Amino acid sequence: MRLTGYRRQNGAAGIRNHVVILPLDDLSNTAAEGAARLIPGALALPHAYGRLQFGEDLDLFFRTMIGTGANPNVAAAVVVGIEPKWTQRLADGIARTGKPVEAFSIEGSGDLRTIERAAQAAKIMVQDASETERVPIEPRDLVVSIKCGESDTTLGIAGNPALGRAVDWLVNAGATVIFGETSELTGGEHLIAARCAAPEVREAFLRTYAEYIEFIRSTGADLLGSQPTEGNIAGGLSTIEEKALGNIQKTGTTPVRSVLAPAEAPRGPGLHFMDTSSAAAEMITLAGAAGSVLHFFTTGQGNVVGNPIVPVVKISPNPNTTTSMSEHIDVDLSRLLAGDMSLEEAGTRVLEVFERTVRGRLTDAEALGHVEFVMTKLYRSA
Amino acid sequence: MAYKAVAHRKEDAVAVAIADLHAGETIQVRVLDGSAPLAVTVRGAILLGHKVALADIAPGGDVTEYGERIGRATLRIPPGEHVHVHNIESARWSA
Repeated sequence: MRLTGYRRQNGAAGIRNHVVILPLDDLSNTAAEGAARLIPGALALPHAYGRLQFGEDLDLFFRTMIGTGANPNVAAAVVVGIEPKWTQRLADGIARTGKPVEAFSIEGSGDLRTIERAAQAAKIMVQDASETERVPIEPRDLVVSIKCGESDTTLGIAGNPALGRAVDWLVNAGATVIFGETSELTGGEHLIAARCAAPEVREAFLRTYAEYIEFIRSTGADLLGSQPTEGNIAGGLSTIEEKALGNIQKTGTTPVRSVLAPAEAPRGPGLHFMDTSSAAAEMITLAGAAGSVLHFFTTGQGNVVGNPIVPVVKISPNPNTTTSMSEHIDVDLSRLLAGDMSLEEAGTRVLEVFERTVRGRLTDAEALGHVEFVMTKLYRSA
Repeated sequence: MAYKAVAHRKEDAVAVAIADLHAGETIQVRVLDGSAPLAVTVRGAILLGHKVALADIAPGGDVTEYGERIGRATLRIPPGEHVHVHNIESARWSA
């Protein structure tokens, strides 16, 4: 496999070379998007939060925003915020990677002068980034993530075992792989627990899972009606246990090395579990904030999710979906479902598309302009 | 004859249709654990991706797939029957 990427100042390897304009908060979206409109090649990442958050929810907010700016697919970042202190906190967090970061606050200047300053900074960053050359990299340089969505039974019998093969190959080649989806382990959590690499990891995993179930109970609600989703049920999935057992297939067979908080970066290679929602855009945003530079997404019924900075590779074994939604499916494994393709061959197909995507080929989601950037919010703001 | 359904393990109570199935047809089921193929006569229309019963499942009985429990039967489910939310429910969270 011949991989190329962008070597960042801190040694991390990216496979894209984005200049991002990060609004600190909802109020700053207009200025961030205004600056991005003036500079082709600069990418604004508007979102809905960043005001009056507190406690663990605020920590997660900053971890997600700093992690996004720090992601190796980002060459440089401009931060725009309403007031200077939190704006600087975000910029300083990203600057620890050594990449260029500039921060501008709107109070005392107004949107228009801020847009001008942010655009001036972004222009130079885009020019500088355009000179960065791709260099040879190895699988061990990369953090990737996995999740399935609009799942159906075809993932459990074909799509996810195929991705599992690719994940095993990547882990054995020294890569770092993140999976999550806490709610979607229900009924199969004992299988993940049995694969934890050490007793402390197993305890952390079971505690994280139990806390999640307790959180659901504490709301007085249950997940019936949400998990499985209506799309899952249309595709033939009947219960959360069935969905979970299919979901787990894509994690392959290697040990689970650690349990990560949402948006927390893994500290070593191998397979890591992150406590995340199972909602596609939220999970991929958290994985990107933890350093994932490429996301594998298996889909049965046809999910179209993308991310602004993390290329999303879609894989489907469902012949109805690969036909009716072909523009969204990077890896067509419909022959695997019928038994006309071996699992071995299917895993190889996934890795071939991985190699091409790493080397720069745009995924379907990138080419179609899918840029879902969705923050996970733990509770309402003050 | 081409396979029209796939089971994970030979002891599983259900298989997944990999083509749309019609009432009365007898289909071949590929078993992913490498065991010999199975045959079952389908009792009603079953869409691709939906499950067909391989065993006779008593009301309240465990329904297994992947060699694991995926829920329990709310009705008696004879072999060949469509298995879905109308006749099984989660054993982990339920109404």
